[in-house]
Amino acid sequence: MNGSAAGAGLWTCHDCHQLVVAPPGHAHAACPRCGGAVHVRKAASLQRTAALLVASAILYVPANVLPVMTFTSMGRQQSDTILSGVAHLLLHGQWPLAAIVFFASVVVPVLKLVALAFLVISVQRGSAWRPAERTRLYRITELVGRWSMVDIYVVTVLAALVQTGSVAAVEARSGAFFFGGVVVLTMIAAETFDPRLIWDRCGARRE
Amino acid sequence: MPNAPHVTACPDCDLLQRLPSVPPGGTARCPRCDCVLARGTRHAVERAIALALASLIFLVCANLFPFLRLEVSGRFVDTTIPSSVATLWQQDLPGLAAIVCATTIAAPLVQLLMLLYVVVPLEFGRRAHGAPAVFRLMGRLRPWSMTEVFMLGVLVSLVKLADMADIVPGIALVAFSLMILTLTATFATLDEHGIWERLAEARE
Repeated sequence: MNGSAAGAGLWTCHDCHQLVVAPPGHAHAACPRCGGAVHVRKAASLQRTAALLVASAILYVPANVLPVMTFTSMGRQQSDTILSGVAHLLLHGQWPLAAIVFFASVVVPVLKLVALAFLVISVQRGSAWRPAERTRLYRITELVGRWSMVDIYVVTVLAALVQTGSVAAVEARSGAFFFGGVVVLTMIAAETFDPRLIWDRCGARRE
Repeated sequence: MPNAPHVTACPDCDLLQRLPSVPPGGTARCPRCDCVLARGTRHAVERAIALALASLIFLVCANLFPFLRLEVSGRFVDTTIPSSVATLWQQDLPGLAAIVCATTIAAPLVQLLMLLYVVVPLEFGRRAHGAPAVFRLMGRLRPWSMTEVFMLGVLVSLVKLADMADIVPGIALVAFSLMILTLTATFATLDEHGIWERLAEARE
């Protein structure tokens, strides 16, 4: 291994980054500084990330097919999904807002699923292709995932403000819950992925 | 070697390296993958206490006072952040209510309380009981605090409602905006590496 701590028989605590001498014959140790569990790499990283990705891909279907909210006004009812919400904004000429919501709610979750799947597969296949760029891709994925929650908060605020008793009413629907589930699961998937695996398989050529 | 100060491994690529002392305002990055390894913050502990206390005050105000008011033909509806969560609960979406409550109220609140529990005794050279475990869990909570995303959601909702009704921003909206600023500053300047080292030296 290319100057890695693991190659020197040292493990890094996942939480406080303290170096720990690998105990011979053990798969994990307790960090002497923070008490967290230390492994040479995050435990079962690829399996967990892959499982969470599959689960989020499944949840992604109801998240986009089911309505996230229902708008009732003067006896007329209209249900919106994530995508039809974006379409409405476009029809009302609010394209900057439509662009923000489209990016946060449609582009980011899809890109996140694709990027993490790509990382898992490339590590699984032992790819040595551009480790620094793949690590950057991972960090971006970790950073932007949270912005997908925007639509959930829009539904929350609208449902709280526009209540029965006023002229119109907005009701949150189960699509929003599934969408929130997708965001939460992909965030956990990003946490369980260990970017050091990208470098482990790169051999000593890069240094 | 592992207990020698300033030898560290990059958390993102595992490169073993010597960590230089970082000047105030500077950052140490991994030469191989560009991961931020350490941050130099002047008066790191005092700054963390000040910013965390300010954030905590704004957070309490943001949750107690009316957030937005909707006015339609003389009638109005006031909402607070907790009442928005309660609305989701009443509309039979407890899971959604839990996600919103966790990411906008619980995560920032618990995170700030945990940080204060660790850094206030550290200011006096002491380590609070169980401080390392608390600081570790605080780090785990960080991605789950999504106050700035909530703010974007509020802005989008305001534009959506603009033609339909009059929306009056409440005092909590101001407090919430200020909280985002102080909360971001708290964690952007937090010198975790330095706090871990001081925790290891401090006596309980």
